[in-house]
Amino acid sequence: MSGKDDTRQDAQERGTARDPGRPPHFVSTAPFDPAVTEQWTEAQERYFLASQWRLVWWKFRRHKLAVVSAIFLALAYGSILISEFLAPYGLHTRHVDHIFAPPQRVHLFHEGRFIGPFVYGLRYRLDMENLKRVYTEDKSRIYPLRLFCRGDSYRFWGLFQSNLHLVCAAEGGTLFLAGTDRLGRDVLSRMIYGARISLTIGLVGIAISFSLAIVIGGLSGYYGGWVDFLVQRWIEILRSFPEIPLWMALAAILPVTWSPLLVYFGITVILALLDWTGLARAVRSKLLALREEDYCMAARVLGARPRRIVFRHLMPGVMSHLIAAATLSIPNMILGETALSFLGLGLRPPITSWGVLLNEAQNINVVALYPWLMLPVVPVILVILAFNFVGDGLRDAADPYKA
Amino acid sequence: MAGYVLRRILMMIPTLAVVSAIIFAIIELPPGDYLETYVAELESRGESVDEKEIAFLRQQYGFGEPVIERYLKWVGGMLRGDFGYSFEYRMPVADVVGDRLILTVAVSVATIALTWLIAFPIGIYSATHQYSWGDYGLTFLGLLGLATPNFLLALILLYFANVWFGTSIGGLMDPEYLGKPWSWGKIVSVLEHLWIPVIVVGTAGTASLARRLRANLLDELAKPYVETARAKGLPEGRLLLKYPLRSALNFFVADIGNLLPQVISGAELVAVVLSLPTTGPILISALQSQDMYLAGSFLMFLAVLTTVGVLVSDIALAFLDPRIRLEGGVRQ
Repeated sequence: MSGKDDTRQDAQERGTARDPGRPPHFVSTAPFDPAVTEQWTEAQERYFLASQWRLVWWKFRRHKLAVVSAIFLALAYGSILISEFLAPYGLHTRHVDHIFAPPQRVHLFHEGRFIGPFVYGLRYRLDMENLKRVYTEDKSRIYPLRLFCRGDSYRFWGLFQSNLHLVCAAEGGTLFLAGTDRLGRDVLSRMIYGARISLTIGLVGIAISFSLAIVIGGLSGYYGGWVDFLVQRWIEILRSFPEIPLWMALAAILPVTWSPLLVYFGITVILALLDWTGLARAVRSKLLALREEDYCMAARVLGARPRRIVFRHLMPGVMSHLIAAATLSIPNMILGETALSFLGLGLRPPITSWGVLLNEAQNINVVALYPWLMLPVVPVILVILAFNFVGDGLRDAADPYKA
Repeated sequence: MAGYVLRRILMMIPTLAVVSAIIFAIIELPPGDYLETYVAELESRGESVDEKEIAFLRQQYGFGEPVIERYLKWVGGMLRGDFGYSFEYRMPVADVVGDRLILTVAVSVATIALTWLIAFPIGIYSATHQYSWGDYGLTFLGLLGLATPNFLLALILLYFANVWFGTSIGGLMDPEYLGKPWSWGKIVSVLEHLWIPVIVVGTAGTASLARRLRANLLDELAKPYVETARAKGLPEGRLLLKYPLRSALNFFVADIGNLLPQVISGAELVAVVLSLPTTGPILISALQSQDMYLAGSFLMFLAVLTTVGVLVSDIALAFLDPRIRLEGGVRQ
């Protein structure tokens, strides 16, 4: 202590001796409060004190396309809660008079007169020459749409009976906005119901592959050494194998006797079993970098067990990157399910997913005669694009400290 | 160099051993075997069962022996060039596969060539014009290619190829050339049919390759040596060609490891839709009827195909990039 005081006095004396005009060197002994000298503006305070997740959110918000995509996805996932209400018809309702009917267009004006949204009736004729069903609009019959109307009855999530729909056709009319299939079922309704399966299969699958990736990638990244070597070789082997043939082989194993629900989970597990490798690699490389940090060393010195260090100290650091990576691999799963179901190896009717619907469009005749059966591909493309944009936005936002 | 190649080839052995074990496990998993299903089917149709043949097959392929023994028998057979017997086709697997494997290779190689041809300029343009409208547009197109399910694209292209060019539907050649020896006309016919699967399979790969190339080139362009070259007054075009592009070329070769499994995967799927005489359709039917040697050997062929492809890319990379030779063969 005294030594310090000495030097201070020294400096004071020297200062006054050399330059009499300069004020003496002085260090106040009062406690220093940085907040007095350096006032943060409100914006700065908000920014400096924000949590990491808040920063991520702010950065994500700047990515307009990602935000729009996120809203779209939220709506899509919201719709699966109330599919029964949104769909104009039931999942299995058959319209035997309207087999392979083309999409009906919604009109607002009839002969220049405004009547609100309505559809024209369909006139049906069998073209004997090429045995094709021909439907034409019958301009004399006008069917205005009804909103919040009573239609096909359903059991809402299997819980209670109802028959309320968002929109249905007028009495005696039909409303096939996306046409009907070979059994006369409304394609649009089936697409809305199909979202339930197709959208959740990606989430359940990613949940499984995410857990696998965190555990395996975590072990590999934290322990390094021979564990790491084995895991990396294993991942290399899995990745070097073409996915779809392996999926096909695994899907072919599922017993035909399984209930639709079991098949659903079986397919999800199959998709996840091959998907975790990419995520595990991301976890590993991040962990390898983070475990050299001082705070990790501190935790180890304090006697924390590996599990605590990995999950408590290291995982928060890699989580944002992982979520971004996971978002980018959901599309792969949705496409995988679609491909498997399309081949007839995935989900089977009566389960209805977009892939199962596209299975109907397996034939070249469909492209030529009933192109609307390919419409279920539209939600597939939109959802996959949206996931890609959201994932890109998240990846950019995952490191909020980088400009 | 020779040492590196040798090490790299030796490393393939454990990989293929593990892959063969996985494949064997998968085809062994379903309960029952082909002969049981076959006998049951014959009996249900009231036909007589040739007990001798069944017993011979049973003995020949060791049904009823322990799993390990059967696995070793299968692998040992493959090493000697005996890929087993297809119960469904009633001929050796090698004869069933033969031509189909060549066509699979043809489709894959053509697809990779096309993927490179398209992805290379797109990647360069996107990287040098980052955040321009062109970059956004190309990225969007690429994503669209990524998001469209292959099989549907295949159907649509097939339809329009038929309507506009009169290409026959399905298959890889006009029906008149089926089963004929290779001739000039047959090659032309194959080329006429090849472009659809190649484009369809290529779309997804092109998009991701272009995106990876863009990211790679952007990293490279941010490096100090580029700045130095620019400061020396090197024109932009030459600057790009001289250094960053050369390292990007290495990346192209290295990326085969990523591309090949994807291409073969896509080719299998598209083959089913287009009923191409490649491996896809046979594989599915073999899997479904538990024709285990056919299915297993098929999967094994695909695995070998990918592993060899990756091996070739690694060796080519070692020629191109001296850093890899010096590393001592272990990739990180």
